[in-house]
Amino acid sequence: MKKKIALAGNPNVGKSTIFNALTGMHQHTGNWPGKTVSQAIGEFQYRGIEYELIDLPGTYSLISHSEEETVTRNFLCFEEYDAVIVVCDGLCLERNLNLVLQILEITPNVVVCINLLDEARKKKVTIHLDLLEKKLGVPVVGTEARKKKGIDCLLEKLHLLESEHKKTTKVRYPRKVEEKVIELEAILKKKEITDLPLRWLALRLIEKDIVLEKEIINHWKISLSEDPDINKVLETDNDIEKDIFASAIMQKAEQLTMEVVSYQNPDYEKRSRKIDKILTSKRTGIPLMLLMLMFIFWLTITGANYPSQLLFDFFSYIEGYLVHFLEFISCPSWLNSLLVGGIYKTLSWVVSVMLPPMAIFFPLFTLLEDLGVLPRIAFNLDKGFQKCRACGKQALCMMMGFGCNAAGVIGTRIIDSKRERLIAILTNNFVPCNGRFPTIIVMISMFLVAANSSGMASISQVLWLTFIILLGIGMTFLISFLLSKTLLKGLPSSFTLELPPYRKPQFFKVIVRSIFDKTLHVLSRAVIVTIPAGTLIWLLANISIGNMSILAHINNFLDPFGQLIGVDGVILTAFLLGFPANEIVLPIMLMSYLSLGTITDYASISELKTLLIDHGWTVLTAINMILLCLFHFPCSTTCLTIKKETGSIKWMLYSILIPTLCGIILCFFTTLIYKLIV
Amino acid sequence: MSQVLTLDCLKVGRSAKVIQINNTGSIRRRLLDLGLIPGTIIKAELANPFQDPIAYQIRNALIAIRKEDSRNILVEEL
Ligand SMILES: Nc1nc2c(ncn2[C@@H]2O[C@H](COP(=O)(O)OP(=O)(O)OP(=O)(O)O)[C@@H](O)[C@H]2O)c(=O)[nH]1
Ligand SMILES: [Mg+2]
Repeated sequence: MKKKIALAGNPNVGKSTIFNALTGMHQHTGNWPGKTVSQAIGEFQYRGIEYELIDLPGTYSLISHSEEETVTRNFLCFEEYDAVIVVCDGLCLERNLNLVLQILEITPNVVVCINLLDEARKKKVTIHLDLLEKKLGVPVVGTEARKKKGIDCLLEKLHLLESEHKKTTKVRYPRKVEEKVIELEAILKKKEITDLPLRWLALRLIEKDIVLEKEIINHWKISLSEDPDINKVLETDNDIEKDIFASAIMQKAEQLTMEVVSYQNPDYEKRSRKIDKILTSKRTGIPLMLLMLMFIFWLTITGANYPSQLLFDFFSYIEGYLVHFLEFISCPSWLNSLLVGGIYKTLSWVVSVMLPPMAIFFPLFTLLEDLGVLPRIAFNLDKGFQKCRACGKQALCMMMGFGCNAAGVIGTRIIDSKRERLIAILTNNFVPCNGRFPTIIVMISMFLVAANSSGMASISQVLWLTFIILLGIGMTFLISFLLSKTLLKGLPSSFTLELPPYRKPQFFKVIVRSIFDKTLHVLSRAVIVTIPAGTLIWLLANISIGNMSILAHINNFLDPFGQLIGVDGVILTAFLLGFPANEIVLPIMLMSYLSLGTITDYASISELKTLLIDHGWTVLTAINMILLCLFHFPCSTTCLTIKKETGSIKWMLYSILIPTLCGIILCFFTTLIYKLIV
Repeated sequence: MSQVLTLDCLKVGRSAKVIQINNTGSIRRRLLDLGLIPGTIIKAELANPFQDPIAYQIRNALIAIRKEDSRNILVEEL
């Protein structure tokens, strides 16, 4: 039988890094609390024994507040497992031991893993692991998970865990509590309902943990607090202050830490603080954030240009051979046209136009994440979210949205309040994901910035892009505010945000992993989505009803509405067909124009502009295309995720409706203004 | 000598000892879990550009708390 091991610990202590080191998998890690929000499962073998490892979301305590913490608590309370590895941050031992002590109340099968020892060493903090092991009564291992140091030792201690006789340390509570615990233990013992340690259960009953009570009713179909015997004990002099539970454990953790840790250099956070002062100060905080954003955009835009053109050339070079080859094997001409004109072309556009910016932006973003900048941005933006009566952690989800909106939506689990979480979910789509980014960039470089390759041009591209992103962020605030006043009325709830120390990003690994993962992801999605979409477009363009192709019919049908908001039927069709993946919107649009027009081939990306102008594009069309790209319904994956996370179709429909309406209204007004001016 | 004030009034750069936590609901427990219990020494470390929230050094971790919440924490400046 496989042994089941859980990985628990405070947020951002390296649980997922240890998980990856043990299983060889590639769970996402990042330097901010709340990266992992659902449990991941992996496997490994050691000395002939098979293990199943579960990576749990980080939690500060077993009294859960938010969704991801509930995942962890419920796992530890209600699932079967053989042991728990509790990962600790060596630099924050007091708070981490707090959790260790809480977990020890639930199970003695614990291995404590003190991670981040390299950082501790650098900051001249020494932790006496042997002493800690003696004090806790469970095995303690020191690790540096990133460099995979100490992992062998961890495995060995895990292996030997069972054979050891354990006498673990216990937190003593004030006498009044301990007396009640003994009484309750006796009652619970008679009931024989659980394998959970009765002492722990008794403590929670005295503490009146309502969330746990609900879970217990869920799992065991009984209500303990309504039991008359138990109730009697709880009711007699019940003047016990709730805080003493948390305080007693914390004090014990504090005492342990004092005994096992020695600080040689109390000023060790100096450098981190200096950077923080600059990144969050009144004068430089916001401008620096903007500059950082712009720098990333600049790298993305300038970096993507050349590879885009290169890929484009490569694909058209191959295309010639492909056509010859298909003719050579005397493939019927309609099939030839479908394969090359429909599928191959769309595919090549997805890859050459969309992939390069994505492959540059994503690693850059991941580097920032690894560095620990994301929580600082959330810290700086919090006042805005507070004014909108939303949670400051929404900024973190918003930034995840830059990578992928579906991931951003799942990430909202770190928000404790249901109301604030819904706001974050409904507004996540207002920042463009990686798949929408390139479309915006292409539009900017074609229509909004005079085409030349001078440095000025790329700077003004960056300015435009920044403006557009800020528009999206502004809309996030506006809609959050409006939601707080209407659909999701309420006051902002309380939260705390931890700012982790800056960590040097693992440059090589980040770049390799994110390019590799991203490229594969986009390529596979391109193949999966583009083939049917390309086929469909080709069919629509080549099957005629009356004397017009179906595509022309659809186009004519949508066109009046399109014109009203300053675009055309083709663009609207492209957005609708792009529902499965935003990456294909632009390629589908280009395909449609090609099949509707007379010109059918292009030698470079810049020549595509001629194609668009031939179809009546103006600056207005480009602006509205950008606006629609920024503000329209989420892709199918995101919609499904929203439905799953909110558990309701209603909220999914709202998440479709709200941005789409925003887009339509905005485009309507830009069109109006444009017509007045021109 | 020592002065009792609410945490939101503690100037950035100053340290204080926690006396009493008057927050209610889940934030109260969360603060306790983070190690903010009476007697804990904390330091106002960092303010954001709008001076709210402020990040405090609590048991070697940097934790941001909104003024709305820190208003309910009583401390004694050191
Ligand atoms: N220097 C150093 N950094 C580490 C070590 N272990 C992990 N990290 C870094 O610490 C950060 C957090 O690691 P994760 O594995 O994502 O942490 P986690 O505990 O899974 O975090 P949550 O999922 O948010 O609870 C990442 O940036 C890691 O690269 C280590 O031993 N040394
Ligand atoms: Mg994790």
